[in-house]
Amino acid sequence: MDFFGSIPWLLIFTSLAKTIFLVFLVVLPMVSYTVYAERRVSALIQDRLGPNRTGFPLTLLGFKKDFSPFLGGLGQPIADAVKFLLKEDLTPGHVNKPYFWLAPALAMMPAIVTLSAVPFGSELFGYKMVVADINVGLLFMFAISSVSVYGIVLAGWSSNSKYPFLGGIRSTSQMISYELCMGLSAVPVLLVTGSTGLSKIVNYQVEHGWLLAPFTDGGLQLREVLLIIPIFIAFITFTISMFAETNRLPFDLPESETELVAGYHTEYSSMKFALFFLGEYTAMIAGSALVVVLFLGGWHVPFIPDGSHGAIFGLINIATFFGKVALLLICFIWVRWTLPRFRYDQLMKLGWLYLFEIALVNIFITAGILAYTK
Amino acid sequence: MAYTVPRPKLTFAEKLYLPNIVAGLAITFKHLKRMLKGETKVVMQYPEEKWDKSMPEHYRGAPTLVTDQHGRERCVACQLCEFICPPRAIKITPGHIPAENAFAKVEKYPAAFDIDMIRCIYCGMCEEVCPEQAIFLRKDYAITGTSREQMLHNKEKLYELGGVFDGLIHKWNPEK
Repeated sequence: MDFFGSIPWLLIFTSLAKTIFLVFLVVLPMVSYTVYAERRVSALIQDRLGPNRTGFPLTLLGFKKDFSPFLGGLGQPIADAVKFLLKEDLTPGHVNKPYFWLAPALAMMPAIVTLSAVPFGSELFGYKMVVADINVGLLFMFAISSVSVYGIVLAGWSSNSKYPFLGGIRSTSQMISYELCMGLSAVPVLLVTGSTGLSKIVNYQVEHGWLLAPFTDGGLQLREVLLIIPIFIAFITFTISMFAETNRLPFDLPESETELVAGYHTEYSSMKFALFFLGEYTAMIAGSALVVVLFLGGWHVPFIPDGSHGAIFGLINIATFFGKVALLLICFIWVRWTLPRFRYDQLMKLGWLYLFEIALVNIFITAGILAYTK
Repeated sequence: MAYTVPRPKLTFAEKLYLPNIVAGLAITFKHLKRMLKGETKVVMQYPEEKWDKSMPEHYRGAPTLVTDQHGRERCVACQLCEFICPPRAIKITPGHIPAENAFAKVEKYPAAFDIDMIRCIYCGMCEEVCPEQAIFLRKDYAITGTSREQMLHNKEKLYELGGVFDGLIHKWNPEK
């Protein structure tokens, strides 16, 4: 009976509450509205309008008028979700069924799981706003996010047709190459902050100023000014590898529409396809969250105290964090609709011959500066 | 003979690739900004905005039948349009004009005149071939219906769309 008494009910309850808040109230709506933003921004960049019709059909619920807010089309993600749920779920006859069914889940889950280590706020009612505050948060995120390549590879192989197969192969080699420089470009941050726990990295930035903008704590030291150079290089290489990891243009070779039909998810339809789609965008959010935590000060914004000073500040911190993530997501979209796709050999060359070396040298530069200005 | 295309010499900035990325981002941002400010106007939002005003004079819309200034239907049921019609959309049933009618010397009129708008290709050959200037392609382009019956334009519908045409031909004028 002692066993039941020792179960940390409070911890379980608060973790569940945080998970539900994070996944269902923030991330999933954010995913669907990122898709909307993607369509809208891409349209505006190309001098089109994008989806601007679908409002909320309140007349179906007995209201007098339909509600179509300022930009129009804000009901589009909901309509899309309903469409995906109601479509026929077709499994082609020639596929390897167990893996074919496993792949979409594997594409979606790692992206959500990685978010558990991200500190998305400071404190609210005395509870830390992170689902799992683990000391190896960064390593955990890298480890789990590399599992998502299995989703793509399994989808490519089990579909048993040539285009998904090519997409799967490309994805494997791309992920392996870019994971290296992603890990290496995060090392300078670890050197400076001295921890792999994401909460500790954010706390360091709260005390000493954001790594990319060290003046946010009110003062500048020689060490901080010198460190900006390697940190900026790390930021660039990390962001580029992040683009490659999330299969976004200019690195979307696994699903390049113009050559591979739709790449690894050619054979998928309805909700299984939607899971790949959601997985890609959730990975985008997780990646942006990681960039925010590592380089842009996490939930911190100057002159606003953390959540221990009152619940309102805790909420502002959460909003700040997701605001920064949203800005990065817009940048993701902006870059996607600007740059053309790399050729496959160029992609490999960039990853192995340039980014990898730059990230490696960058570690030594950072270490040198740290040792010199100690 | 083998011919080697000379590779362009790239400057260091071009090789670095990053300045060009920034330039590209600036271009797309300029387009985004112009769209948000409403300075670019490319898309016409169809049901609210229509292009009727800028429609050219020679636009070929739905074929219609017209009456002349005396209210007489111009069609004399010669069936030339029925024969010329490439998709065979037109079907005419000729009828006789009774002797007591003022236009009895015309002899024939269409008892039924159907144009199947599902078949019609808006080629305008019926208008071209008509010796009586009775059939014209008007500027109606949004021909819709929820059934095949609704897409079949009968005589009443065709005259309603066509209206009166005060034309050059006065050969059936009883005063002459």
